[in-house]
Amino acid sequence: MANFYTDNSDIQFLMKHMDLGEIARVIEEDFTFAREHDYAPATADEAVRNYDMVLSALGQLSADFIAPRAEDTDRVGNTLNEDGSVTYAPGIVQSLEKLAKAQVMGFTLPHRFGGLNFPNLVYSIATEIVSRADASLMNIFGLQGIAETIDSFASEEIKEQYLPDFADGKITGAMVLTEPDAGSDLQAVKLRAFQDDDGNWFLHGVKRFITNGCGDVLLVLARSEHDRKGGLGLSLYVCERGPTVKIRRLEDKLGIHGSPTCEIFFDNTPCQLIGERQRGLVTYVMSLMNGARIGIAAQSQGIAEAAYRVARDYAASRKQYETAIENFPAVREMMMEMKIQLEAGRALLYETSRVVDVAMGYSRQLEKNPPKDKAEKRQLKNTSKKYERFATMLTPMSKYYGSEMCNRVAYDSIQVLGGSGYMRDYAVERHARDARITTIYEGTTQLQVVAAVRSVCSGRAEKYLAELAERDYDAELKDLLVELEKGTQKLNTAISFVKENGNEYMDLYGRSLVDIAIDLIVGYLFCDQASTKCDMSVPLTAEDTSEQAQSISMKQRKAKIARRFIQRNASKNNCLVEQILSGDKSTFSEYQSVVGPVISE
Amino acid sequence: MPYNCVCLIKQVPDTKKISGQAMNDDGTVNRAALPAIFNPEDLNALETALQIKERYGGTVTAITMGLPSAADILRESLYRGADDAILVTDRKCAASDTLATSYIISCAVKKLDYDIVLCGRQAIDGDTAQVGPQLAEKLGITPITYMEELQELANGRITVRRAIENGWQKVRTKLPVLLTVTDEANEPRVPAAKFIMKYKNAMAPIEVEKAIRNDNTALDEQAVKQLIEDEIRVLEEKNLLIKQWDLGFLEADINWCGRSGSPTKVHRIQSVVLTAKGSKEVEPTESGVSDMVHELIKEKTIA
Repeated sequence: MANFYTDNSDIQFLMKHMDLGEIARVIEEDFTFAREHDYAPATADEAVRNYDMVLSALGQLSADFIAPRAEDTDRVGNTLNEDGSVTYAPGIVQSLEKLAKAQVMGFTLPHRFGGLNFPNLVYSIATEIVSRADASLMNIFGLQGIAETIDSFASEEIKEQYLPDFADGKITGAMVLTEPDAGSDLQAVKLRAFQDDDGNWFLHGVKRFITNGCGDVLLVLARSEHDRKGGLGLSLYVCERGPTVKIRRLEDKLGIHGSPTCEIFFDNTPCQLIGERQRGLVTYVMSLMNGARIGIAAQSQGIAEAAYRVARDYAASRKQYETAIENFPAVREMMMEMKIQLEAGRALLYETSRVVDVAMGYSRQLEKNPPKDKAEKRQLKNTSKKYERFATMLTPMSKYYGSEMCNRVAYDSIQVLGGSGYMRDYAVERHARDARITTIYEGTTQLQVVAAVRSVCSGRAEKYLAELAERDYDAELKDLLVELEKGTQKLNTAISFVKENGNEYMDLYGRSLVDIAIDLIVGYLFCDQASTKCDMSVPLTAEDTSEQAQSISMKQRKAKIARRFIQRNASKNNCLVEQILSGDKSTFSEYQSVVGPVISE
Repeated sequence: MPYNCVCLIKQVPDTKKISGQAMNDDGTVNRAALPAIFNPEDLNALETALQIKERYGGTVTAITMGLPSAADILRESLYRGADDAILVTDRKCAASDTLATSYIISCAVKKLDYDIVLCGRQAIDGDTAQVGPQLAEKLGITPITYMEELQELANGRITVRRAIENGWQKVRTKLPVLLTVTDEANEPRVPAAKFIMKYKNAMAPIEVEKAIRNDNTALDEQAVKQLIEDEIRVLEEKNLLIKQWDLGFLEADINWCGRSGSPTKVHRIQSVVLTAKGSKEVEPTESGVSDMVHELIKEKTIA
């Protein structure tokens, strides 16, 4: 029996290294739920055991059941039937059935609706594991944020109507936002929401590129204030699949073939308002999108892991010039970089998820159970706000870094396999196709950078890096910490320069600024892992190849990774800072001369 | 119409992970060298039972005979949706062959209300496939072995497709029935999250006793007994107590159990140690393949 959770030593290590017990205490509200629900944990230890055991069951399902069906799902895809219904690939139907039986479709929903009330961090790990098995299935498994949005903002009646069925895996959902003329710019959404004389709401119009638009319950962003342009004219609605929801088209895509991408025509569809009018985009969809972005970062992590493993296996077994190709410097360099980037992405993703959990936990505590003492309450408020700001910065960083990383890893995996990698005989070509969407949907890389660079330049990065620098590190890492401190100073110099040059200049060099900030953050995270108090040993040789299998401590291993990562990036980031400080604006001044006119045939 | 299913399960050494230390010098299995797992085809039997429950209602009771550690697979059954779990354990069960085992289990099953008894086709440690049919005989019910598909369950009758050499056979019988299930029948589910969260704390009395004795070595016997009693009561109230039955409770005839009830005599055990390692390149041509096949026939690797 294979298992995508237990076979991943980095995940195993991080589960030990991260303080899951403290997160559990916050989201289980000091374990008070155990009194009402027989499966809710009564202690931190019990909660952590729950996470571990459930992930292990999911890891087994992913490896033994979901992964073997992924190739067929990729080939078969979904079908749009004449009556407007959509038939999923058989592998998707079977896998969804198993996931429902495994009771993992309500990962983060509260116990009272039948959910597991697990932290986002554990959900990210689960999403990574499922995506490694089949990236396209993640697009349905990973839509649990829809139920979470209902839980956060809808009325009690709507919650009771839908959430238990979501948690049981009886229904799936879709977030229905994009329109032909409203992609990145959701403020341009046109789909009309209107009321009849009795105050009942209806939807009319077209939505496009809707993942799982054929799902049972749809969250629809629509214009409720017809005389009002922009985001404040939009509200969020929930409706059910039915005769007035017409799937007109299924997109023919490069990758994630198991995930149906629908064009939908709403023909006066009855619906219910979520929360308050006019807060649809500015509050609810923003929150939904933040969760979805972390979901895509986790999906990216899973695809990268899958691609890397095929490449590693091939590099070790393929012989040319009478030796395994991984013995050649060029291949070795690719494998090494892939592996380090994979762990960098995971470090950032898990840290982001952790910060989101802490932020959500504190804000829930403030709402439900605030401290009576005024000073204490103010203190909690400040801490909560601080974590929220960190989450706002880390979320686009994680989505950006993870999705770009997964494309690089998938690209290089094909390269390692050479001609074989280009053929459909190996899974890497599928991983590369599946990877390609991750830098595009739920906000393109360019939009993530726009979001992140504002946080970086507003002083948040500096504050966060200062907090990271305060953690306890082992003495052996001192020189690396000095290097990171120097890097932070250089970043600050670059930030000041950019701010003097205005917003356009900031966006022009946004990616470089965000890259430097991410490298510094991940540098600290690697040092933190290398200073762990929960070490474990990992094998250096395959189990069955030698009698005395060699092993290395994860702590030592992470120290080696930290050293290489920080030193290599220091020189790279120096170059980036130099470019930023150059003041070069030729992208604007010379655009016309270099790019020339639009050539029409 | 609801059906009560009793599912027989066994904890076995994972024979897929066999290594040089798998056999003791006396020829018995070195259980310490191999991880203990849920016998794979028993998971197929359990899956069949759970599907029957989901479709028609009723209950699923998992039952195993073995060491106290076999409680692990009972918990695994609860994680998947079994309603009840029973551990048959007794030192006097030791060294039971298939005849004695089926006798002891028949005593246990007779204490239950059942319509369908399910077992895996065979266990991967002994590979005898005998306990199921022997049990049916002792219970006086019809056995259907090698079930590949449950086709119909209605009006007190069951129709299944069973594997036979060179094909399959469709058979129908009256309930109650005993089925032995193959891995063709279904794909077993994995543990379910909420059942894991709840039943990970389920324990059999013998486990409770061991844990409490380990944690309280300084206490006197009276106090320890009290602690054990209290803990068992707490588990029972929370519906987390795995039932534990011994031969006395089963009112089994001791002469039919353990070594005295086991007529099987092992004639000879051979310890085969595979040492040779190596590989041979075969030219990917007609003649290359043909040479290889001839060599394999000559060495009696294939017939």
